[in-house]
Amino acid sequence: MSDSAAAAHAHHDDSHYWKIWAILCALLVVSVIGPLFEIRVITLITAFGVAIVKAYMVAKNFMHLNIEKQYVIYLLLTMLVFVFLFFAAVAPDVMKWEGDNWVKPYVAQESSAPAHH
Amino acid sequence: MRPIANTRSAAGIPTGRLAVWWVVASEIVIFGGLLASYIMQRLAHPEWADQAAVTDWRIGGFNTLVLLSSSLSAVLAHQAAERGNGKRAANLLYVTCGGALTFIMVKAYEWTMEISHGFTLQSNTFWSFYYTAAGIHALHVIAGAIIMLIVAADAKKNLELHRVELIGIYWHFVDIVWIFLFPLLYIAK
Amino acid sequence: MAESVGVGTHGAEDAHGHEHHEASFFQKYLWSTDHKMIAMQYMFTGMFMALIGGFFAYTFRMQLAFPGMEVPFWGMVTPAEYNALITNHGAIMIFWVAMPVLIAAFGNFLIPLMIGCDDMVFPKINRLSYQIFLISVIVLLASFVVENGGFGGAWTMYPPLSAKHEYSLTTLGSSLFVIAVALEFVAFLLGGINFVTTAMNSRAPGMRLYDIPIVVWMIVIASILFMASVGPLIAGAIMLFMDQNLGTHFFDPNAGGDPILWQHLFWFFGHPEVYVVLLPAVGITAEIITVFARKKLFAYRTVLYTTFATGVLSFTVWAHHQFIAGIDPRMAHIFTITTLLISIPIAEMMFVFIATLYGGDIRLNTPMLWALAFIAEFLIGGVTGIFLGASGADIYFHDTYFVLAHFHYTFFPIAIIGVYAGVTFWYPKMFGKMMNDTLGKIHFWGTIIPFNCIFIPLFVLGAAGQHRRIYDFTHFPELAQYQDVRVFATVSLVIMLLFQFVFIYNFFASLKKGKDAGPNPWKSNTLEWTTESPPGHGNWKELPTVYRGPYEYQTPGRDEDYWPQNVPS
Repeated sequence: MSDSAAAAHAHHDDSHYWKIWAILCALLVVSVIGPLFEIRVITLITAFGVAIVKAYMVAKNFMHLNIEKQYVIYLLLTMLVFVFLFFAAVAPDVMKWEGDNWVKPYVAQESSAPAHH
Repeated sequence: MRPIANTRSAAGIPTGRLAVWWVVASEIVIFGGLLASYIMQRLAHPEWADQAAVTDWRIGGFNTLVLLSSSLSAVLAHQAAERGNGKRAANLLYVTCGGALTFIMVKAYEWTMEISHGFTLQSNTFWSFYYTAAGIHALHVIAGAIIMLIVAADAKKNLELHRVELIGIYWHFVDIVWIFLFPLLYIAK
Repeated sequence: MAESVGVGTHGAEDAHGHEHHEASFFQKYLWSTDHKMIAMQYMFTGMFMALIGGFFAYTFRMQLAFPGMEVPFWGMVTPAEYNALITNHGAIMIFWVAMPVLIAAFGNFLIPLMIGCDDMVFPKINRLSYQIFLISVIVLLASFVVENGGFGGAWTMYPPLSAKHEYSLTTLGSSLFVIAVALEFVAFLLGGINFVTTAMNSRAPGMRLYDIPIVVWMIVIASILFMASVGPLIAGAIMLFMDQNLGTHFFDPNAGGDPILWQHLFWFFGHPEVYVVLLPAVGITAEIITVFARKKLFAYRTVLYTTFATGVLSFTVWAHHQFIAGIDPRMAHIFTITTLLISIPIAEMMFVFIATLYGGDIRLNTPMLWALAFIAEFLIGGVTGIFLGASGADIYFHDTYFVLAHFHYTFFPIAIIGVYAGVTFWYPKMFGKMMNDTLGKIHFWGTIIPFNCIFIPLFVLGAAGQHRRIYDFTHFPELAQYQDVRVFATVSLVIMLLFQFVFIYNFFASLKKGKDAGPNPWKSNTLEWTTESPPGHGNWKELPTVYRGPYEYQTPGRDEDYWPQNVPS
């Protein structure tokens, strides 16, 4: 049963999607080159900044969130907010190594394999 | 075949698509929870950097390229279905499945290499997270590919063409999860 | 494509209820895609599990009241068995009784009927969700009979107790427990998507958002809350399973893991979960009191917005379960504030109910008694929660019987009172017969009075310092003196359990001997009462159209004191 709500579907030329794909590939290259500079901030920006941009482009152009009903976007964003809430509230606990009256002792694992290639 | 309930659209979008968005929504929290747990543990253990350095960005990058391209074929399949061209949609879905297969085979090769060098699920908690996160993602890739084959079989006969878009949305989500897994496990380690 | 016959549907031409094939027993009862049949499957499975959960409660309470003596129908209760009994009692009551009956059974039965459509939007996925649920039941029951028995590490499954076999002392039981819980989650995710999509899309023409009966909203919002909160725990359950069986160390602090991470993963879900089960019970209460007070719901939109607020707030309170686990004290401050805040919307809903009842033309039949009891008992649960939400007081109360009494004053109204309210109210619609109201009242009082006799003393014991999860208090000199109180509570429990036979008898006897119900014995407005009892295949010969909200009772200028939604003006 083909979707009769045709207004919700942009019939783009295939070429539109090829263009998006080309941009995504270029972004992939950027994210891979980033670490080669060996500057932490640049690596983080290229790796995660690019990831966010790529995800946004896939969501907007491939999943057609740009022409989807508004509430779908709100729903997905709300779920993301919950994930961030979870991280924000739990990370201070999990990432803490010591408090006023305690420490978290940690014995480094003996890895059975060499650490580097 | 379908109950009348299935054909109504009081919320303004077809039922199948609405359901897929809810599936994606719940998967966001599942993967989000897992990745959030990984990130906080990784940040708390800077000494895992030695282990993390082992992952090979070239393999990861190639797999990213594969999934991106498979997302392209998935959306092109959707466009073909929109135009009523079931055969072309099915073929593009098969291409997407081919991408899934490539992804899995590359991953199998990658993991075999890593395991044979002693980097197993148990050797370090970094690797526990690595295999778990990538593994659950891979399960979603496999499940998606199987469903895609079923949808393609129908599409080839010009049946249930609306499902091409639906499996596409799921597939793009699987792609987006990898888009974040890639930097987490391979780049900004 | 293969279609399930008999109660399967064939689209538009089948809306007139033609039976195309003679369905075999298997097809009709075990392989059905009809939402009403699936509802029954969930309901009976849930009630069966309630018998098991109740039996476990009887057994461990007998051990507490008469330590070291053989418990009739069980034998001697070893410490390990005691732990397994309390663990599985808790898990069963929440995951295998409250959720399947309140959400899956009532949701499946009521949602299509109350919004005026012929089935759920995905009948086969509906069937699949029950099948996965049934497998989870079997896996859980299997965990009791394997070597070393069932898991005994509390329904909260904290590692390392749950993760290491040398601590949990079970080999297979703890893994089966995790698998059972994970399967139950998958079943409810699938079911939830069905409910939400159906309620959003398949409403009858004319049914605007504010014309939807409150119980439907509640079950839908509960499903959304579940979907949004269970994700991290699914990830956590996978990690726990791997720690148990694959030698990983996600939660092992000696190897780079963190057990507090599990606690957060669990309670991030665990707290919204209690609202997941609360909301349907609140919805059922709302439906019943409007019908039997013959009055409009006092403030429909307020109830709705309050529920949204509760839902959102419920994600911000979870660490009140972890106040003394060693969490960051700054977090504890924040969670105290949010926890105390969340009591406001819930209290407000109770006030709306009281305002609805005020001035109404009240009929005190069995469903109404249950609904009123829900309000009264839940209020006690709610106010005692305030003591626990304040982190200072919680330092003393945590892990005492005060907590236990608090959550039984919330869970019992939800899972038992709410269920009895719903079953006695919708029984005529489900089975076409009326239950015996006198027996219903006997059962009601025989449940409520003993219930309070069990748990009020437990508040006292908790304040006296009695801790949870201990199998014999006569070992503790300061607590041994209260043994009479424990015996009193246990005897009350036995009496309460015996009165449940009245319900069981009433339920089954009314199927045969009950008065015929007709379509609308309660003179209610909502759509499910406009079709036959029980509804046929496809629910209506002609699907209804809706002209007004669900609570138009005692509208001035009308002969009747009710105005069904589908009657044109």
